Amino acid sequence: MEKFTTLYSKAVPLPVENIDTDQIIPARFLKVTNKVGFGNNLFRDWRFHENNEPITSFVLNNPKYSGKILVTGDNFGCGSSREHAAWALTDYGFKVIVSSYFADIFKGNALNNGLLPIQVSPSFLKEVLTLITQDPETELVVDLEQQTIAVKDIGLQETFEIDAYKKLCLINGYDDIDFLVSNTDKIEAFEANRNKTQSIVI
Amino acid sequence: MEKKTLFDKVWDSHVVSEVPNGPQILYIDKHLIHEVTSPQAFAELEERQIPIFRPKQIVATADHNVPTKNQHLPIKDLLSKNQLEQLTKNCEKNNITLYDLGHQYQGIVHVIAPELGITLPGMTMVCGDSHTSTHGAFGTIAFGIGTSQVAQVFASQCLLLNKPKSLRVSVNGQLAKGVTPKDVILYIISKIGTNAGTGYFCEYAGNVFQEMSMEGRMTVCNMSIEMGARGGMIAPDDITFEYIKGRTFAPKGNELEEKIAYWKTLPTDEGAVFDKEYAFDAADIAPMITYGTNPGMGIKINDRIPVLEDESFTKALDYMGFRKGESLLEKPINYVFIGSCTNSRIEDFRIAAQYINGKQKAAHVNALIVPGSQQVAKQIQEEGLTAIFEKAGFEIRQPGCSACLAMNDDKIPAGEYCVSTSNRNFEGRQGQGARTLLSSPLVAAAIAVEGKIIDITKHLN
Repeated sequence: MEKFTTLYSKAVPLPVENIDTDQIIPARFLKVTNKVGFGNNLFRDWRFHENNEPITSFVLNNPKYSGKILVTGDNFGCGSSREHAAWALTDYGFKVIVSSYFADIFKGNALNNGLLPIQVSPSFLKEVLTLITQDPETELVVDLEQQTIAVKDIGLQETFEIDAYKKLCLINGYDDIDFLVSNTDKIEAFEANRNKTQSIVI
Repeated sequence: MEKKTLFDKVWDSHVVSEVPNGPQILYIDKHLIHEVTSPQAFAELEERQIPIFRPKQIVATADHNVPTKNQHLPIKDLLSKNQLEQLTKNCEKNNITLYDLGHQYQGIVHVIAPELGITLPGMTMVCGDSHTSTHGAFGTIAFGIGTSQVAQVFASQCLLLNKPKSLRVSVNGQLAKGVTPKDVILYIISKIGTNAGTGYFCEYAGNVFQEMSMEGRMTVCNMSIEMGARGGMIAPDDITFEYIKGRTFAPKGNELEEKIAYWKTLPTDEGAVFDKEYAFDAADIAPMITYGTNPGMGIKINDRIPVLEDESFTKALDYMGFRKGESLLEKPINYVFIGSCTNSRIEDFRIAAQYINGKQKAAHVNALIVPGSQQVAKQIQEEGLTAIFEKAGFEIRQPGCSACLAMNDDKIPAGEYCVSTSNRNFEGRQGQGARTLLSSPLVAAAIAVEGKIIDITKHLN
């Protein structure tokens, strides 16, 4: 997994609440067996008409807005557990998603792909959305070590929470598989010790 | 003695160890997989040369991306064909049991595991699918995971997790006629919203759930994720044990008796404290329908759409082609779908067939019946339900996820309304531009017959 420490970037505003993973990547694109190329279909049905012509009113088709940070409405990533949503966002080039609330499974999937979900207060979210919408050149600064997100040059800043273990994983580029496999002894001992009635393996 | 919840008891008995100031290593008893969210996990392990740790604890089936017509013929869509072949190859290579197309046990993963006796109380179960919460109906900790986590369970039969907070939703009282388990869960979500459960594991308590069949409990737990909860559980009881007895892979004889004795210790201790609680009166619940683009946007079928000044709310109504404050009654409907992991079990079809018996679907309605599994398909045939549906003009398909997520050819055309017994009414969920209204199988059956949205309570004898 790619390491994450700090990020300076412009941001894309998408002030819609309850964006589900079906919008991020529709099910018809989940037929492939690898992880590549999902960025082309990120927000497919909001971004393109059925004839594949871009929908010009959608923010990703507006050349004024760019950057590696997506700033979006409450309860982002709800619905289906498809990790393809995280792959689509990273493949498109996003490194950070800012929202006032994230759905559980999406949050985990994002962290497992080096995509940082930053939960901020509703008031901070509102201010940032206004600033970046009005001035697309506005730069945000994310410092994972300090757990801060700020709007550059104007002193608007907020700290954010992140699980200490996950923070360590992101900073160092570790993932959970190596850690779990290194605990095989403990896992085997657990299996051996289980009370018979609890041992429900068939 | 410390008072524990059902969730605490099952969780705590599966903790292998704890990372200091970090997550816990949680042991997973059963891992269900399907064709869509597993291939990248198999590839990840192969690339890192890590073997599958406990292949015998994995069960695979093909459901999300299968056709529901002519399943015996080669699949026409090449990408779908490849995805299914990949699952077969991966399972063969790693000695994983697969109930592939054509197998008598094939079906929607959350329908087959309970009906085969694979799902048991007190277990931990995961699957790369958010509706894994279904299995919580047995008093099982069951939740959906992403593909990276599928790879973690492949590699270690464990996951690294922080223990979620606990939530209890109690519903007590008497349900009115025509109010089914689907209405109960749609009502709860409409009241508490789609993120009330985020960060929580939910327990459903109260006489309404205690009196519910296992099929009904599965419908309720299935939609826990629709209120943001990773999973939902119902305490195992005699209804649970009766359901399990005699199932293909369920324990038998003395072994079963021993397990039942253990399962009886699992219900939440009296006095155990939950982090959050909601309580509802069963008498307030009515047959429900959704009008918007998330499952929380639901109303009693004869209520009016609320009037809210909110950008996302307005956007949802624009998509649906509805106006604030209007009633849904009398709206013509052209598509009805009865199926999905929420409502494709035998009881769902019995309820639908009982209403439909002797009636005809409206001429303009396309009414699709998709059984959840080969076993359910067989049972509806044996019980004579097939004949009732066919006589009424319903089309019966072969098992799979079908029009719930429209990965295969079972899509609703753009702009059309579909009354669906599935779990999600997201934009485009059932096909690009399709508009979904979620309901119970009873409401869906009645709408198919009438060809428009009706007040079901006026149509019950």
